[in-house]
Formats: sequence, structure tokens, C-alpha cells
Amino acid sequence: MGAEGIGARVLRKEDKRFITGKGKYTDDFKMLGMHYAAFVRSPHAHATIKSIDKSAAEAMDGVVGVLDGKQLTGDGIGNIICGWAVNSKDGSPMNMGAWSALATEKVRYVGDAAAVVIASTQSQARAAAEAVVVEYEVLPAIVSATDALKDGAPQVHENAPNNLIFDWEIGENADAVETAIAGAAHVTELEIENNRLVPNAMEPRAAMAHYDEAEDHLTLYTTSQNPHVARLVLSAFYQVAPEHKLRVIAPDVGGGFGSKIFIYPEEIVCLWASRKCGVPVKWTSDRTEAFLTDAHGRDHVTTAKIGFDANNKIVGFKIDTVANLGAYMSLFSSAVPTYLYATLLSGQYNISNIHCNVRTAYTNTAPVDAYRGAGRPEAAFVVERIMETAARELGVSPAELRRANFVTEFPHQTPVIMAYDAGDFGATLDAAMDAADYSGFEARRTEAASRGKKRGIGMSCYIEACGIAPSAAVGSLGAGVGLWESAEVRVNPVGTVEILTGSHSHGQGHETSFAQLVCDRFGLPIDNVQVVHGDTDKVQFGMGTYGSRSGAVGMSAIAKALDKVEAKAKKIAAHLMEADEGDIVIENGEVKVAGTDKALGWHEICLAAYMAHNLPEGMEPGLKEGAFYDPANFTFPSGTYICEVEVDPDTGTTEIIQFVAADDFGQIINPMIVDGQVHGGLAQGIGQAMLENAVYDDSGQLLSASYMDYTMPRADDLPSFVTSTHETRCPSNPLGIKGCGEAGAIGSPPAVINAITDAIGNNNLSMPATPSRVWAAMNV
Amino acid sequence: MSTVTMTVNGKEVSADVEDRTLLSAYLRENLSLTGTHVGCDTSQCGACVVHVDGKAVKSCTMLAVQASGSEVTTIEGLANGGDLHPMQTAFKENHGLQCGFCTPGMIMSAVDMVNRLGADNLDEKTIREELEGNICRCTGYHNIVRSIEAAAKQMS
Amino acid sequence: MYETKYHSASTTDEAVSIMGSADDGKFVAGGQTLIPTMKQRLAAPSDLIDLCAIDAMKGISIDGNQVTIGACTTHAEVASNIELKAACSALCDLAATIGDPAVRHRGTIGGSIANNDPAADYPAAMMALNAQIVTNKRTIDTDDFFNGLFETALADDEIITAVTFPAPSKAAYCKFPNPASRYAMAGVFVAKLKNGMARVGVTGAGSDGVFRHEGMEAALSSDWSADAIAGESVDAGDMLSDIHADSAYRANLVKVMASRAIAAAG
Repeated sequence: MGAEGIGARVLRKEDKRFITGKGKYTDDFKMLGMHYAAFVRSPHAHATIKSIDKSAAEAMDGVVGVLDGKQLTGDGIGNIICGWAVNSKDGSPMNMGAWSALATEKVRYVGDAAAVVIASTQSQARAAAEAVVVEYEVLPAIVSATDALKDGAPQVHENAPNNLIFDWEIGENADAVETAIAGAAHVTELEIENNRLVPNAMEPRAAMAHYDEAEDHLTLYTTSQNPHVARLVLSAFYQVAPEHKLRVIAPDVGGGFGSKIFIYPEEIVCLWASRKCGVPVKWTSDRTEAFLTDAHGRDHVTTAKIGFDANNKIVGFKIDTVANLGAYMSLFSSAVPTYLYATLLSGQYNISNIHCNVRTAYTNTAPVDAYRGAGRPEAAFVVERIMETAARELGVSPAELRRANFVTEFPHQTPVIMAYDAGDFGATLDAAMDAADYSGFEARRTEAASRGKKRGIGMSCYIEACGIAPSAAVGSLGAGVGLWESAEVRVNPVGTVEILTGSHSHGQGHETSFAQLVCDRFGLPIDNVQVVHGDTDKVQFGMGTYGSRSGAVGMSAIAKALDKVEAKAKKIAAHLMEADEGDIVIENGEVKVAGTDKALGWHEICLAAYMAHNLPEGMEPGLKEGAFYDPANFTFPSGTYICEVEVDPDTGTTEIIQFVAADDFGQIINPMIVDGQVHGGLAQGIGQAMLENAVYDDSGQLLSASYMDYTMPRADDLPSFVTSTHETRCPSNPLGIKGCGEAGAIGSPPAVINAITDAIGNNNLSMPATPSRVWAAMNV
Repeated sequence: MSTVTMTVNGKEVSADVEDRTLLSAYLRENLSLTGTHVGCDTSQCGACVVHVDGKAVKSCTMLAVQASGSEVTTIEGLANGGDLHPMQTAFKENHGLQCGFCTPGMIMSAVDMVNRLGADNLDEKTIREELEGNICRCTGYHNIVRSIEAAAKQMS
Repeated sequence: MYETKYHSASTTDEAVSIMGSADDGKFVAGGQTLIPTMKQRLAAPSDLIDLCAIDAMKGISIDGNQVTIGACTTHAEVASNIELKAACSALCDLAATIGDPAVRHRGTIGGSIANNDPAADYPAAMMALNAQIVTNKRTIDTDDFFNGLFETALADDEIITAVTFPAPSKAAYCKFPNPASRYAMAGVFVAKLKNGMARVGVTGAGSDGVFRHEGMEAALSSDWSADAIAGESVDAGDMLSDIHADSAYRANLVKVMASRAIAAAG
């Protein structure tokens, strides 16, 4: 592998700018003549806009524009769309309600924007936004998805009767599954809520747009995980500008976790307003706006039942889920509770009978879309909570009940679309149990009891799916885009290398791990490699970073381009050294003829490619190759997490004594970065399980709209983590990578809740398991 | 408007600013020291932490005019020329950062922590408690704790 | 933030004079609550009168058994003061739990007490220590000072200059933080005064702000032990209820924190 190649713990190239304060995030950029946008947001969850009086605001200092939704639609700006079409089980298309970037007739959640002010300073813009008088007729609001589906509930969109977006199913015939469960020796049933979360990337969203009138060209700096997709959607669907007249730059981005995939109203409005007002326009969210308007995550209500035969083998699994999609369908909102959720309900288990029904509902709450894990945490929570519960009911070891039902032969076709290609579930279970000293737990429980503490242990054997693919398959399931990735490898005449990638790094360390592929391939020092991303003018195209796809898909595209570069370099070398192409080897920065002492420096080959004085007959000069990579399948990271807790019976406070993660991510490029990804995912999963909760009151006001009321995990809420990896290579991509970005957030919530419920002896505990809830569960 | 004069990263600077200008805004907008970040409205996230007269403060919760006459150090002034501060080096070597947004405030708080308490008084539990005012969404804090442990040894 | 005019006063008289000529002035003594409130446009004082340059309002002095803390003494200074640790370490411990290190470098005891946030820590200590609040006009007994949520006996032009209290023979503070804000969800300060009387101040939990638990005080005055309060009840009907915890849980916390504080006080 070499000191900087695949598998090496290489320190991050990008760190220097961040630790010295020289990172450049969207809000750090300024433009000559820049103005600021401030949005006029609805204080009501549901209301009709009767009138908008802009006169006072327009007369205020510094104001150059007060714009509303009718002007926006009048200028031909299109409605915001959901990019994944999911049909109901009766074949009818989903009921997508109209979403204008600025509301025209109605506002549908607190924070929905009715107008925007553009002014010289941020203070002037905010003051003027307060002076815009919007007359609302307040309508009854609905915030719970299950209530929204009931007759008589307030209607969020006229074209979605009873607020139903779609009623979808997957798996075997529902009646057949019901029959299988009816014949089971034991049936376990569970009702589960998956709490609504706010992603809370530490960098708030921001956008800066500039219209160049002379060139009729727009530039957008934005906090995006996928600038090319943003450009595509902004141009093809929202008619902001054609793609060749729109440059999207996502510079340093301070975390995304899914929330920065989507194209938001503010980006559209800044672009449109820049053209309309003739000034560059910047908008930076404050944290309160972020709570109100960033796409939220999760928010499922599920009932599930699972049947076991007399040998404790699963005979059937039936799941019914209601998912809250909020007031509008965000970009991938339909896919999250369907193809990213129900397709993982087989877990690590061999289950021939699965049926899942999913109904999605509109409510007067912020739109809900992908947040770290996106559907897969919800699936893992259902599967791993019900397996643990069943083990308790059956009186068998939770580990052995799982082991008895593991898939052990690959490939394995589940009844819910997925075909698992590789894995060794027993290996990660064993590794986690060893690391946690699982067999010694009862002694620790006894010791804790002597101190007045209730100790519990819980596990979770998760599986997830990354690198959503192949494009044709997802297209057949309704995806509006292909899910490949592109890359370009530019070798300079002096032998240094630039990698241009369609992936986007917002904390994942791509500038280092992607460069390691080049070091590995050619033996070049990592300082000779530069990774370029996040700018549609520089990188030809890309699908961006989400769903843990940058390793499996993004790096595979680079590997494919490197194949082409390597092949051409070898041809040149063979020609120059008068050797057979098949005898050329490239290592440690040298290009050699195997079995001889003939060698040229890598830089000499590169220079020769560009000098073009002596190339093989018919060869084009230069050394630059591009590739598009479309995977053959999803990848399937898996693993076992074990959480051990102590509960203080007086206060319900839970302390995590140890948290063990044993993961199978396939091939690992940089173990330091992978470890960091696991840590971060675990923190978010533990946050969901114990701390975080987005709560609306019945009128649709967000009660947890700041860090005063939304509990972000802090350093003293979390333990140090014990991590390990076990490698089974992924057979469906050239590098054998499965992906590691979301696993921590997927596998950890059930492990935590299984541990706490074990400690307190009451299985009826919903997330987040706050001290007050745990105390209440102990004192029922 | 008030005239504020202060020493920022060793250089005396002076400007007329609105009284309501926060120190964080003054650093970012007037001095283009954009390493100081703003991540919340409620003085909790700590992305904006700088040192005023040698003590960590939240620059989003202090007016620029209140810092007039003070010595201010931001993340940009922490390194000694080309030599990184040991805390900066430790964050790199221990992968104590991912997206980098919380990092400047995290490092400034960590330096203050070690200065106040000394390496010998910084066990893992204390470090975690001392980080109450700095929120990170990426790292799960695991490697931030490792970074501070390592730097504390270097700094003592 | 709305526009405001900033003043830094050197004396209380100067501060009062500026306040007198302001439309809607506000004293600031650290600003760790006020500035965030102004940033969110929830407060819009025409003038901010900063008290932190008034030297007479800073520092901790101990005269015999009497502790006096200047109103502009920061939480960090209270937490780390060696003399105060000897006289009443419980107050140092309390100060060390307020906010976070950066907030403690700016926030002051006077600012906290004047604001009387129902989840702030100092008011519980003032109640339990039978402190007196010294202002530029008078001295106010703590029992007459706190008047419910965010309300105090202070007049508009009145400035807390110091707090003063006799060092207790025993005291401790035990706080259960709100998981999100880290303010007190229930904080109980217990003190056994030198005259043998016990006082119990409770913050964070009561629906009417900081309060004394007289039942516990009576029990502890005759028997200073955690067992002594085992039979005391905390009325859930008087407790706050919100998205973080209901009133029954807070009532439980008050008892648990009180027991732990008594144990910690020794």
C-alpha cells in the first residue's frame, strides 16, 4: 500500500486551512456591491395570504427590492419538485402539492417565506423584512402524520385528499405474510416512533448569487453537497437559467448530513433576486431559521409484528409505517421512507416473508427529507428493536437469536428488492461481543446494583445500503436522476496530478483519501496530488455526496480514470524504452521494464506525453482521462454495535459506560478518516436515541427551535468509542469499498434503546430516552 | 457609532462601528478575519470563541465596542508565524476535525482550557465537561478529546 | 439586533444619570443573557449602560464571617476565589456550573441576580444563604428581592452593587441541568447557617421562579441529614412543565437534588 497509499493512515491535506482559520465557507465570500436578503417568514403554520403591503419596507434605507411569490411565479420560476416518483400500490401517482419558493396563496408551515427584502446591509434587510405587512387568514393546522390521515383533518394541499401523498407497499403478498405469522410459534409485536430530528450542520445554510448582465450569466455560491445536481435542477426545473449560463460553487461546506443535498427556496430566490435587482445577493441563515426551514429527518410511526417457528427461525415480518413528509415534498423525500427504508427491513436475517406498507402524509411542519442514514436508521430501529424484544420474550440470548437467523450465504436475495452481495455477519457480532466482554456483563450488572445503579446492555446488528445504484435500476423505481459518478485525472507535464471529482467533501476528507488512490497507483507523494471539487466550472459533472456514495461510487470513478491514465502511460513507456507494454510496471514514481534495469521517471513519461516529440504512432498528445462509473449494485455495509449503560434510578439519567462498534465497510482507504466517520455517526445516533427531538405544538409552532430546547450532543454526553473493522470486500466495485458515512447513525439508536430498556426492565420507551422519560418508564 | 480601537493578533486596529456591532461581526466583516465563525444565535455553539485579554469569550455575545482597548486573539493569530500552535498540530495529528466549521472556536477554547487548568488537571472527564460551550456535529468529540490530551502534554 | 447606544459608566451615579436621559435604557453587566436576547430582537433597549467598568462593583471580600461579592464579579472569578472557597465553597461550585467557560469569563453575579431567570443558579444560593442584595439605594433582604419569573424588587434606575451574606457552617448546591440549555431543570442550594437554621433555595423547577422549601428547612433545622427530608413532599402542582420534563419529574428532582446537596454538604 505504501506510506500514503490505500489503507494508510494519512493525515488530512485539507486540515491546515481549517486549523488556521483559512477555510473559505460561503458566508466568508464577498462581492463588490453585494446586498443582503432577508425573508419574510410566516409565523403561522397554516394560513391564507390575504394581502402583502410592501410600501413601508420599500421606503426604508438601503432597500432595493421587496419581492413576493406572485412576482416570482410571474417571472416563470418553476415550483420546487420532488425528484423521485413513487406510485401508490393501486398504481396512482404520488400527490405532489405545489411548492413555490415564495408562497403565493397559502403558507403551510412556520417559516414558509411569503416575501423577501433585498437591502444594502443585513441589518437594513432584516429591519425592512419586519416592516412588510402580510395579512394572513389563519387556518387550522395539523402536525401529526397519523392525525393528518384521519377524516376531517385540516387539508395541507388540495390535490392530496386526507393529506395522503401515497400509500405504497413492498414485499410478499400481505395476506400470505399475515398467514405465515398467524401460524408462528411465537409472535412479537411492537409500536415504534422514530423521532423527528433537525440535522444541524454547524455551518448554517447560505447562498450568494451574482448576475452578470453583460454575459447574461449567473454564479451561485452555496452550501451544497452536490453543486452539479443543484445546477441541473435550478436550470431544468426552476428555469433560473440554462445550465451553461449558471455556475454553482460549493466551497468549503461546514457539514451536511443530508440537509445540504436539497435545493432550497432561498437559493432560487437569491438567484432570481440578483437578476431582478441587478445586485449580488447574499443570504446567510441564522440558527433559528435553520431550525425552521432546513429539511428535518425521520418522523415515522410504525407498528410491526414478527413470527418465529419453534426453532426460533423467523417465519414472517409485517410492518406498517406512517411517515411525515411535512408541508411540501422535498427533493428525495419520497424515496426516504420507501426505497431507502423498507428495502432494508430484512436486516441481517434470512426472512422469506416480509410485507411493509408505507403511507406518507402532508402536515403543517417543515419538509422532511434525507438526514444521515435516511430511511436506513428507521429500518434498523424497527428490525433491531423487535429482534431484541423477541429474544427477551423467548428467553433466549439476543445474540443467539440473531445468529440463528443470519444470512450466511451470498449473494442473498431478500423479498424487499435488495440482493446482498457479501458480508460476514457472524464475524462482526463476535468481534463486538469480544470487545464488549459481553459474557462478563452479568457480573458488571450485579456490581452496579450494589452501587444503586441499573445496568443494561443492548445490541444492534445493522445492515444498510450505500451507493444507490445502478442508474437504470433506480430509474425504474422512479428516481429522476442517474446515480453514477464522474471523475477526471489530469496529469501535468511535470508529473503532478489533479483529480477532478463530482463528489463533494464537506468534512469527509476527500482531498486526502481520493489522493491516496493516486499515491497507491503510481507511488507519487501525496503532496503531488490535488483534489478539485465543488465547482461546476471546473468539474465536468457529478452527482455529489450523500448516501455514503463517495467511496464506493466516487472513488470507483477515479479508479476507472486512473486505469486509462495508467494504460496510456504504459504505452508511452513501452514505446520509449522499446519494451513490451505488458512488461511495464509503475511503482514508487518510476516506470520500469520488468526484469530489466530499464526505467524512466514518472515525470519523464508525463513530459513525453505533452512534448509529443516521440509518441507511439497515432497517439494523441497529453495525459488526461475521464470516466463515468455506474455501479452494478448497492453496497451493503453491516456490523454489530453494543451499548452498555447505567441508569440512575433517582433521576432517570443514563450514562453510556461503553459503546462498541464492529463494522464491515469492505476495503478501507484511510482508517483514520473511517474511524472519524464512525465516531460522528455514533454521536448522531446516540443523539437521536437519548437527546434530540424536534417538537411542534398542536398549532404548528416549533417548540425546539434553538439549542436552548433542541439537545445537541455535547462532549460530556458521549463516551469514547471502541471501534474495529472487519473486511469483506464489496464485489460490485473495483476498489471493494462499501461506505462508512452513515453506519454509525444507523446502527446505534436500537443498541442504545435496547440497553436502556434492559437496564430498567420496561420495554416501553420511546426516543429520545431523556432522563424524564426513563424516570417515568421506571415509575409507571 | 463609536470608535473602537483594539489590538487584534498583535496589530492595533481602529474603526468606527455601529454600537450594536458584535465582536464576531467586526472581526469577520471589518477585519476579514473569517476564521471566527457564527453557528448559533443563543451563545451555545462556541464556533465564535476568541481570546480577549487572554480569556476565551464568545465573540457573538460581546459588542465590538466592549472589546475596545483589549487584546484580541483569533484563530488566525494563534500560530507563531509559520509554526503552528501545539493545539493546532494536535487537532491535525489526531483527526480532531472534519468539516472544520467548529474547529477555530474549539481550538481557541481548548487552548484556554489548558492555560487555565494545566495538563495535569485535564483527564478525559474534565476535558469533556470543559467543552460544554463548543458544539461539534461531525466528530462525536472522540478525536477532539484525544487532540486536547495530546496538546496539553505538549503545552506543559 | 436593533440599533442601540452603548455607554460605559465609571460610577453608579454616572450609570443612573445616563439611564435617566435614555428613552428605554438597560443596564448590562456581562450581557451573556441580554446580548443573545437583543440578537434575537426580543429586547430593544435604546441605550445599553455597561456597569463592568465600575471598579467599586468588582471583587470578593471577606470580613470576619461576612462575605461580600461585587456585582460585576464574573462567574469565573467566583468559581476560583481561594478565600471564598474557604468561606463558602458551595458558591464556588455553583458558579463553576453556570453556562460554559467562555460564558463564565463574561457573565456576572449581579447580572444573573438582576435578571432572575427562573432557571438561573445564583438566586437559589442567595435564598439559601439569606443574602442581602446591596444596591446603589438600599439593602434588600433576599426574601424580599425575587418576585417571580424575571421580576425583582429593583427599581428601573436601581443597580445591584454587591451581594453580602454570612458564611454558612455548611452548604452545597446540587443541580440537574436541562439537557439542552444546561440551565437548571432543578437546582437546590442547601445551607446550614451559623445560627443553626437551615435554608433551602430551589431554582429551575418552580412555576413561579426561585423559592424556599420551608418544609425541608424546618426538618433540616432540627436534623441536618438527608433522612430528615425523606418525608417532605414537593407539590408537583407548583412545578414547571415543558417539553423537557413534566411537573411530577421536576418535583422528584427537587427532592433528589436536595438529598444529594445535603449529603455533599456533609
